[in-house]
Amino acid sequence: VFVQLTSEPLTPDALIQAVRTDASGAVTLFFGVVRNHNEGRGVLYLEYDAYPELAERQLRAVAEEMLGRYPIDDIAIAHRTGRIEIGETSLLVAVSSAHRAEAFEACLAAVDRIKETVPIWKKEFWEGGGAWLDGKPMTAPAERPA
Amino acid sequence: MRIQVRLFAALAEAAGRRSLSLDLPRDSRVWQVRDALALEHPRLEPLCARVAFAVNAEYVDADQVLHEGDEVAVIPPVSGG
Repeated sequence: VFVQLTSEPLTPDALIQAVRTDASGAVTLFFGVVRNHNEGRGVLYLEYDAYPELAERQLRAVAEEMLGRYPIDDIAIAHRTGRIEIGETSLLVAVSSAHRAEAFEACLAAVDRIKETVPIWKKEFWEGGGAWLDGKPMTAPAERPA
Repeated sequence: MRIQVRLFAALAEAAGRRSLSLDLPRDSRVWQVRDALALEHPRLEPLCARVAFAVNAEYVDADQVLHEGDEVAVIPPVSGG
């Protein structure tokens, strides 16, 4: 398992190397990319804030959860913070497995969990203003489904 | 007792700072941080409606009892990815 929270541009090579094993017949790679529109409005760039200590721990928890839920070989996650321009990558997830289906499924599930549980926030900037996006409320651990 | 509070995203912006300290009665619970914050910083109150909490970088239930020197992070709805 490899996880990283960084303000530097993300590149996939390290993640692919981290997850690939000789038993892996598939490696899936997801890029979360900053796009130029949201809810009908043009977006100029995004700014990400994070609680670094907990975000890294939580990224690792998501990775471990996927290793427990799917028959995959390995998983790596990198999330960027700070200002990110249109077309740049904010999130990378790489998953390796013997066969492709599990790698695709675990990759999708990992992204969903990251968006639900990791303390990272994005602010959208447009012509003349900006706003923090309305995110998903974290549920207390006791209320969280196992 | 003295509690350190960390703020992020919209909360940090509204407060104009990323951390502050609060004086709370002994054996206060985590949810009392929200009330104290709203009282001392009224601009934060509307932003505190749907927050979760972490103590010393671990998610906790709002009923958890706090101890002197704990660091409480107020976690607004997350929007990473």
